[in-house]
Amino acid sequence: MTKLQPVLSAHWDEKDSFTIEGYKRHGGYKAVTTALAMEPDAVIQMIKDSGLRGRGGAGFPTGSKWGFIPQGDNKDHYLVVNADESEPGTCKDMPLLLANPHSLIEGIIIGSYAIRANHAFIYLRGEVVHVFRRVQQAIEDAYKAGLLGKNIGGKGFDLELTLHAGAGAYICGEETALLDSLEGFRGQPRLRPPFPAIAGLYAKPTVVNNVESIASVPAIIANGIEWFHSLGTEKSKGFTLYSLSGHVENPGQFEAPLGITLREILELSGGVRKGHQLKFWTPGGSSTPIFTAEHLDVPLDYEGVSAAGSMLGTKALQIFDETTCVVRAALRWSEFYKHESCGKCTPCREGTWWLVQMLHDLEAGKGTEADLEKLLDLCDNIAGRSFCALADGAVAPIISSLKYFRSEYLEHQRNGGCPFDPVASTNFSVVNS
Amino acid sequence: MSATDFTTEQIAIMDKIISRYPRSRSAVMPLLHYVQSIDGFVSPRGIEKIAEILELATAEVTAVSSFYTQYLTKPVGEYHVGVCINTLCAVMGGDAIYDSVSDHLGIGNHETTKDGKVSLERIECNAACDYAPVVMVNWEFYDNQTPQSVNDLVDAARAGNPPAPTRGPNKLRTWKENSAVLAGLDDGLANEGISAGEASLRGLKIAKDSK
Repeated sequence: MTKLQPVLSAHWDEKDSFTIEGYKRHGGYKAVTTALAMEPDAVIQMIKDSGLRGRGGAGFPTGSKWGFIPQGDNKDHYLVVNADESEPGTCKDMPLLLANPHSLIEGIIIGSYAIRANHAFIYLRGEVVHVFRRVQQAIEDAYKAGLLGKNIGGKGFDLELTLHAGAGAYICGEETALLDSLEGFRGQPRLRPPFPAIAGLYAKPTVVNNVESIASVPAIIANGIEWFHSLGTEKSKGFTLYSLSGHVENPGQFEAPLGITLREILELSGGVRKGHQLKFWTPGGSSTPIFTAEHLDVPLDYEGVSAAGSMLGTKALQIFDETTCVVRAALRWSEFYKHESCGKCTPCREGTWWLVQMLHDLEAGKGTEADLEKLLDLCDNIAGRSFCALADGAVAPIISSLKYFRSEYLEHQRNGGCPFDPVASTNFSVVNS
Repeated sequence: MSATDFTTEQIAIMDKIISRYPRSRSAVMPLLHYVQSIDGFVSPRGIEKIAEILELATAEVTAVSSFYTQYLTKPVGEYHVGVCINTLCAVMGGDAIYDSVSDHLGIGNHETTKDGKVSLERIECNAACDYAPVVMVNWEFYDNQTPQSVNDLVDAARAGNPPAPTRGPNKLRTWKENSAVLAGLDDGLANEGISAGEASLRGLKIAKDSK
C-alpha cells in the first residue's frame, strides 16, 4: 500500500501557513541560500538529475526546460509561472497558493537564478481574488525580507517578481497563449518553433513552468536528489498532488508519491459515495481520456497512465458513479471547449461548435447510430490539426466515452432522450435518500 | 464623457501599474481590471484612456478586452454570482443550483436584478472541484453549495448582508472592490480567512492519523 507523502501540503493545517513566518518556521527559504551558493548550471543539473517533470499536464522534464535557455547571449531571460489553473477537474494549484504561496516564490528565486533571469512573472487566473491577495502579500513580504529585489542574499543576484491577473480565458494556460496574453494581446497560441526557450516573452529566452513544478524545487534542493528518487517510480520521480473530486465520500487533495493508484486513494479516503459504484473517471482533467473501473490499478504516473491509453495530465481525479450520464458529461465538456476555443485555428473553432450540436442531438435522443461514426470522423478532423492541444483535449472525452459506453449513446436514441435522472447524481440527493 | 475625466490620482495609479512591466503594453490587462473597478465595466472612456497612455489604437484595446470573459461590456450587480456549470459541478448539483437561483431572482445568464444588487453568470471550472458544487461571488469561493444555500445567499446579498466566503476574507467585498485587487491594488485582506478548507487538508489529515 502506497503511503501519502505530504510535502507541499505538510503544514496547510497551520493557521499562518501562508505567511512568511509560517513558511520559515519549517525551514522555508533555506533552499535559496543553498542554491545561491551553487553555480547556476549546477542548480540546473541538479533539477535535471532529480527527474522532476512538469506538473501542469505535459510532463516535460523541468531541468531540461531550464537547460534549453541559451547562456551568455546578453539577452534578458524570463521565468513565467503558469498559475492559470483552469482545466476542468483541476484544483491543486489554487489551494497550494492559498495555503503556501512562499513555496512558489522560493522556487521562483531558485529557478530564475538558475536560468539567469532577473524578472519573473506569475500569471494567475483572474477568477480567484483571495488567491491573488495571498500571493501578492507573499511577494511583498519576500521583498521586505530581501529575498526579492536587488542583491538577494548579498550574492549579487537581482530579481523582480510581478503578479499578473488573467481575465477568464482557459486558453491562456497554453504556454504560448499565456505569453501573448502577458504581452498585452489576445491570448492565442503561437506557431512553434521558435519555442519559448529561444523566443518567449518579448521574444526573449523564457521558461514557462507550472506552479506545482516550481513549488517542488525548494524541497528537492533542501532534501536532495536521493530523497526525491526514493519517491515515485522509475521514470516518474517524486511526489505530487492528486485532486479527488466528484462522487466520493471524501474529496480533497492527496499528496503522494507518483505511481499511487486510484484504488489506493479511494481506500485511503473512504471510497466512492456509499451505495454507489464507480462508473468513469478522469486521470488528469477533462482533456485526458476517461477511464473506468477496469483502470483502478493503473499506476498514476506518466508512463502508467499513458500505457493505459490516457494521460496523467494534472492528476485531477474526477469520479463519476453509475447515476451519471456519460453523454451529458461529454456534452458539457464539449460546451466548455467550444466556449474556450480561441478561434485561431479553423478545425477547433468550427469543429467544437459542431461537436456541441451533434452531442446535443444525441443527448436529446435525436441522433442515429450513423451519427456516432460522423462524430468520430469529426473528432478525427479536429485532433492534431490545430496549433495547440485544446483541440486534442476537446475530442478526448468524446472518443473515450464512445469507446467504453457506446451502448449508452444508443440507449438515448432508443429511449428518445436521456434515461438518467439528474437529481440522483447531485450531492444533495444523498440527504434525502 | 471624455478620457480626461479620470482623476489625477487614478491616472497616477495607472502609471504605477504600467511601471511593473518591462514593456508598457503588458499593463493592458491590469488596466482593464482597474477601469472595471472604477466604472463597473470596461467603459468607452476607459478604453480611450488605456489606448492613450499605452499609445495604442482604441481598437487594439477593445480587441484585448473582448477576448476575455471577465471584462464586461455592461455593468454587473454589486454581487456577481457565478454558478459553475462545468461537468463535475453540474452533475453534483450546479445545474440544479443555477435553475433554482435563476428562478428565484427572475433573471437569466448575464442579467442583473432591477435593484442592481445581484447578477448571474454560468461559469466554467473555477479550480475548486473538491468543493463541488461551487459558486463564486465577486470571484470569492463559496464551497459545497445547495439550491437553498444559494437562494439564501442572494437574498442576504440583496439585503446588504451577504455571508462571508468559505475561503476568503471575513467580509465579502463588492465586485468593483475586488476588481481593484485584480489590478494589483492591495486591500490589506490577505491575512483574513483560513489557510485551507477541509477538503484541501484531507490527505494531510489521513497521513497524520496513520502515523
